[in-house]
Amino acid sequence: MTTLIEDLVNSTAGIPAQKYSAKDFATDQDVRWCPGCGDYSILAQTQRVMPDLGIPKHKTVFVSGIGCSSRFPYYMDTFGFHSIHGRATAIASGLKIARPDLSVWVVTGDGDGMSIGGNHFIHLMRRNIDLNVLLFNNQIYGLTKGQYSPTSEIGKITKSTPFGSLDFPFNPASLALGSSATFVARTLDRDPKHMQGIIKRAAEHKGTSFVEIYQNCNVFNDGAFFQFTEKDSKDETVVFIEHGKPLIFGKEKEKGIRLNGFSPEVVSLKDGKYSVNDLLVHNEKDTTLSFILADMTHKPHLPRPVGIFLAIDRPVYDREMDRQISFAREQRGIGDLKKLFTSGDSWVVQ
Amino acid sequence: MAQKTIENLEEVTIRFAGDSGDGMQLTGTQFTNTTAILGNDLSTLPDYPAEIRAPAGTLFGVSGFQIHFGSNEINTPGDHCDVLVAMNAAALKVNLQSLLDGGSIIVNTDGFNDKNLKLAGYTQNPLKDDSLSKFRVYEVDISKLTALALQDMTISGKLIDRSKNFFALGMMYWMYNRPLETTLDWLKTKFKNKPEILEANIRVLKAGWNFSETTEIFAVRYDVAPAKLPPGRYRNITGNQAVAWGFMAAAKKAKLELFLGSYPITPASDILHELSLYKSHGVKTFQAEDEIAGISSAIGASFGGALAITTTSGPGVALKTEAIGLAVMVELPLVICNVQRGGPSTGLPTKTEQADLLQALYGRNGEAPLPVIAASTPSGCFDAAFEASRIALKYMTPVILLTDGYLGNGSEPWMIPDLDALPDISPSFVTTPEGFQPYSRDHDTLARPWAIPGTPGLEHRIGGLEKQDITGNVSYDPENHDLMVRLRAEKIERIANDIPLAEVEGAPSGDLLIVGWGGTYGSLKNVVARQRAKGHSVSHLHLRYLNPMPRNVGEILLKFKHVLVPEINLGQLVKVLRSKYLVPATGFNKVRGLPLRSAELEIEIEEILKGKR
Ligand code: SF4
Repeated sequence: MTTLIEDLVNSTAGIPAQKYSAKDFATDQDVRWCPGCGDYSILAQTQRVMPDLGIPKHKTVFVSGIGCSSRFPYYMDTFGFHSIHGRATAIASGLKIARPDLSVWVVTGDGDGMSIGGNHFIHLMRRNIDLNVLLFNNQIYGLTKGQYSPTSEIGKITKSTPFGSLDFPFNPASLALGSSATFVARTLDRDPKHMQGIIKRAAEHKGTSFVEIYQNCNVFNDGAFFQFTEKDSKDETVVFIEHGKPLIFGKEKEKGIRLNGFSPEVVSLKDGKYSVNDLLVHNEKDTTLSFILADMTHKPHLPRPVGIFLAIDRPVYDREMDRQISFAREQRGIGDLKKLFTSGDSWVVQ
Repeated sequence: MAQKTIENLEEVTIRFAGDSGDGMQLTGTQFTNTTAILGNDLSTLPDYPAEIRAPAGTLFGVSGFQIHFGSNEINTPGDHCDVLVAMNAAALKVNLQSLLDGGSIIVNTDGFNDKNLKLAGYTQNPLKDDSLSKFRVYEVDISKLTALALQDMTISGKLIDRSKNFFALGMMYWMYNRPLETTLDWLKTKFKNKPEILEANIRVLKAGWNFSETTEIFAVRYDVAPAKLPPGRYRNITGNQAVAWGFMAAAKKAKLELFLGSYPITPASDILHELSLYKSHGVKTFQAEDEIAGISSAIGASFGGALAITTTSGPGVALKTEAIGLAVMVELPLVICNVQRGGPSTGLPTKTEQADLLQALYGRNGEAPLPVIAASTPSGCFDAAFEASRIALKYMTPVILLTDGYLGNGSEPWMIPDLDALPDISPSFVTTPEGFQPYSRDHDTLARPWAIPGTPGLEHRIGGLEKQDITGNVSYDPENHDLMVRLRAEKIERIANDIPLAEVEGAPSGDLLIVGWGGTYGSLKNVVARQRAKGHSVSHLHLRYLNPMPRNVGEILLKFKHVLVPEINLGQLVKVLRSKYLVPATGFNKVRGLPLRSAELEIEIEEILKGKR
């Protein structure tokens, strides 16, 4: 006997994804973010990438928690679930385990994902359930009107920290790597092309894909990332990491990153001391290297790394669960409740 | 060899007690299975410390297992025991108060050395003074006899020591005339790959039996004839196992996958363990990182079209509260099973209590009504889990299923139901987009449609923000909120039309009605039967549906002069009955972490009947 879900999955298996355009993923709901908010760009890039993934809309689900970012599902014409604070990762985990046939996305923020949902976040990373997690990092609580967040820089003056915050921030990429994530990337709200590429790679990855997106909250934390996103500064402050390529940055591509022991350092490619051949070449399959690169984040003398830190294969939780079920069924046959109830010691009263 | 006489007994209660490392739970379980197969009716109560291996010989390290069995109907594990098997001095000290005057004590004398006595707080050896003169004491050096039985085997002293519970078991099998086969078969499977342990345990078990047969100490052995249970096939089952199987049966009937999201917690973990076994049945169990993820994952699975459940105990429900509210808001089917234990806070993790009723009924922010169902016997946990699932699926609502530590760990014979005869559960997924509205409602049940991801054309969004009636869009409209709050309440109220009317056991009117719920069923039933035998006008109403209550509860209450509500809490159901039906019901409350004792309750009842209360 098949279950209702199996019936549904089988009966819809043949339906191909249509040729969608970005517009097909927009809903009739008014988008309610503040004008100028970085979230608009993330929504636009996601809607732009979706048609390229070849996944039918009815197979796609966006799950979010609470916060500005978490309004996202209302604006995507797919299945959506705007849940409770911090729990989107856990809800999406259950959904994906129950329904491995779906493409499941989690939209979260630095408060939702790193603070109240921190525990679920780290456990999702190590389990490697096939979800795509987009974390909008604006280093502030927007929806509750401007308290510091777990990614705010130390000393942050906000309504709840008028004398400056005391706690050191998380670096989400390092946290994800430390939790044994298999796909970790960072991108920028104001770099649409880069973001599209990263979202696409995240979608293609089998296992949990974690994408941190630097997102400007122009109301409560305006310009938090401008040094990395604006024309006049970004060439000097950001190094784009790409698999198989040396780490080069600077206005004239005149600087690079070299490893001195395990420590990255900035070298000039102009003074004749170092050439491109001396530079660190990124390898997104190298877990050790991923830690070193992500660790550059909080080092002011180094450019901010942006791109894919790590993309490796490891058994995927939801597939492994299905494998265990198939294996058990091969070994013992499909479970029969009647047999189970009378298994072991039972007796008849006449 | 002395001639042994055989006496017939109608019923007997035995308590096995020893160190938590002595294997008393195993001994009790084995005795139970053998007794069940012999056809006795029975009820068991494990009573063990929260510490896994408390220091040997201490009072707080004592682990007990009580079994009450007989040839007549057995409703409780027994307030007191007739026989106490005490493996050491601490076990004697802790359990002596449960032994009836004139009862028997079988002691392992090796457990009464100076160190044991000191740890148990005895200043002199109770076996040597006359402090046990009210009882029949059988002194057996179980440790030594066990060692003798194994003397030609080259096994460690530790292993020898750990086999001694089988000696005690063998003695009790002899004394109550039970065959060894069930335990021998069990040992053979369990230690298939450990021939030494297998051999040792078999030898010791038989040695215990043979010793009893030959020794002069025991002059009498007892027969307890099979009980006259309704015809059918039976097995022994614990409440936790019955809950697990009830969910599996419901999923099967509904043609749904079963998904359990859970976090280990005493005394509910056995449900997680049980369901984790059934991969071949397609059961998906997810041991989450915490209680919140346990329920959240279940909500996700429910959104995806599974029969989703989460199992926990009181402190876990506290953590899941916000997510339960989400399930109320998004109107997805879900069963939250609370195996209640002593609270508040960490409380008494291994003890039983009924103090989470108000939490189940009201413990959420906002107006968040949901159905609450309580199981009343270990085997009844099957039906309760099945019914909770049926209601959740039919009405698209989270349901709280209450059991307790006593029901969960306790066991009794269960008549294996005919799966085909169980009520149908027919959840329906919406399949076509024509006219689909996420928050439209079924005319009768007010359930909203279950539109699961993967269905073409049904793309929609749900969430914890207030929904606009019908469209499900986010709405802050005051009138709409008022409407939705009422609709959600009305939906739950209407379930009262879909559940059986409450039935009074005993006369439908009279002097006193005892109203109970949950695991106190067996004790209350016994008490009421004894009161009626005395000619008192006492009846019993046991509520399985705590929300909504059956339509006729108010009517029933009014037909009695007094309503007494015994509970293992400070008066939670009585509060609800008083406020809902405006009756002057009174409570009888003991919160000791143990099942109610009949004798105390009977005194209370007689006082009421005499007009003294
Ligand atoms: S508060 Fe900040 S993050 Fe929230 S919508 Fe407004 S600009 Fe965006």
